[in-house]
Amino acid sequence: MTSQAVAPREAQVFNDTLGAEIRLSEVGKSFGTRQVLNGLNLIVKPGEFLAIVGRSGCGKSTLLRLIAGLDRPDSGEITIGQMQAKERSEQVRVMFQDARLLPWQSVLRNVGIGAKGDWKAQALSALEDVGLATRANDWPSVLSGGQKQRVALARALMSRPQLLLLDEPLGALDALTRFEMQKLIERVWMRQRFTAILVTHDVTEAVTLADRVVLLEGSNAALIHPVPQARPRELGDPELGHLEASILHRLLQAKS
Amino acid sequence: MKQKALPRIVPWVLPCVILAAWQATSQFGLIPLRILPAPTQVLEAAVRLIQSGEIFRHIAVSSARAFAGLAVGGVIGFLLGLLNGLSQISDRLLNSTFQMVRNIPHLALIPLCILWFGIDEGSKIFLVAFGVFFPIYLNTYHGIRNVEPGLIEMGRVYGLSGFSLFRDILFPAALPSILVGVRYALGIMWLTLIVAETVSASSGIGYMTMTAREFLQTDVIVLGILIYAALGKLADFSTALLERRWLAWHPAFQGPA
Repeated sequence: MTSQAVAPREAQVFNDTLGAEIRLSEVGKSFGTRQVLNGLNLIVKPGEFLAIVGRSGCGKSTLLRLIAGLDRPDSGEITIGQMQAKERSEQVRVMFQDARLLPWQSVLRNVGIGAKGDWKAQALSALEDVGLATRANDWPSVLSGGQKQRVALARALMSRPQLLLLDEPLGALDALTRFEMQKLIERVWMRQRFTAILVTHDVTEAVTLADRVVLLEGSNAALIHPVPQARPRELGDPELGHLEASILHRLLQAKS
Repeated sequence: MKQKALPRIVPWVLPCVILAAWQATSQFGLIPLRILPAPTQVLEAAVRLIQSGEIFRHIAVSSARAFAGLAVGGVIGFLLGLLNGLSQISDRLLNSTFQMVRNIPHLALIPLCILWFGIDEGSKIFLVAFGVFFPIYLNTYHGIRNVEPGLIEMGRVYGLSGFSLFRDILFPAALPSILVGVRYALGIMWLTLIVAETVSASSGIGYMTMTAREFLQTDVIVLGILIYAALGKLADFSTALLERRWLAWHPAFQGPA
């Protein structure tokens, strides 16, 4: 139940990370009369993979949008490294539930969106990282859902961000594709060592990918659970299964 | 080979039968010449007018009017569509007025137009510009308004704003709708011009047919009608080509040409 528990292996991973530290202090946000977040404090360590789970409407997507700078908090402060969250930067990238590719641009140009200078080689190598270099010149409309999300991942990682925000990016995919995407995300995260924050309603996904799982409930972090298992994580690891069960149990208790 | 050729011929069967029937009835005097000339007579009139060069002069004059009006009305419609699509303030200020003015049938303005501009080029260009303004304005406006908000948000995350956001996201997203507007506008453009030229003109295809009416030259009248049809078809065909080229990414425009 302690928020600062760090397994020995984790400390080692966080060495020489490129990731940014994220600090949230007393963050509050309400829509009309509904208080979605209230006095939330959270520190995400540089290079950490944090998952945020919770029931629908618990404010987890809102929290991610605040960190991404897409919305402003009503109160409190969010810093990413040395920077305020509201400043836009190529150090922060977001992957949405839908791939949001531009249908009128080739896959390669989609990856290079907003990039300046000689971006083509970079974009191509980002596509290689997700195994889609051969589709560089295709229109996005001919790709499958999983391939589109891989292109979105390549686009997000092309600028080597310090922080990657994932807003249920695998929610719309079938089970098998989702599993492959999880492996892919884990692989690129281990290689590039950015800080990652994943919002998901899928507890299995959260414990598979995250170093810590935050359970959001009643407009605040109700539980922060470390996941110390070694990586790459195996499918059907009983330890992960136990963890998942206990988090799910806690989740089901809420408001019932 | 034979099986492939047959389906291609099928659509042409009916037009050919009609043409043959028309030729036959005219030839045997069932339809008097002053009602409808035979197709061969229309062809003869075409040859005659081509040889004298008169036809090219009229086509050039009519096309110049049409495209001048399209350019004026289209550019204004496009710019105002963009402005009202992008800016809430100008939308509130202008859009309801445009919607009211849109209900005026623009051809009803002909008498006023003649009073304002005489029967010169001005009145025709004004009418065409007025007619094409609305389809282009409305479709540009709706195109910009209906850009998926998720794409704009994504663009902002990736550092696009201002002109780069317009160039990379807003404009390409609105383009299919804008081109639909252009196709509508082209139809209205020719229609307006036909009426305007028929009512009052001293050159152009409409003038040519009205002069022919005075001399009962039905062959020239039918020829004029066919030229209008061909010009309209040509303009529509060009836009279809543009759609194929510019909207190659769109699933509706993929596949065999």
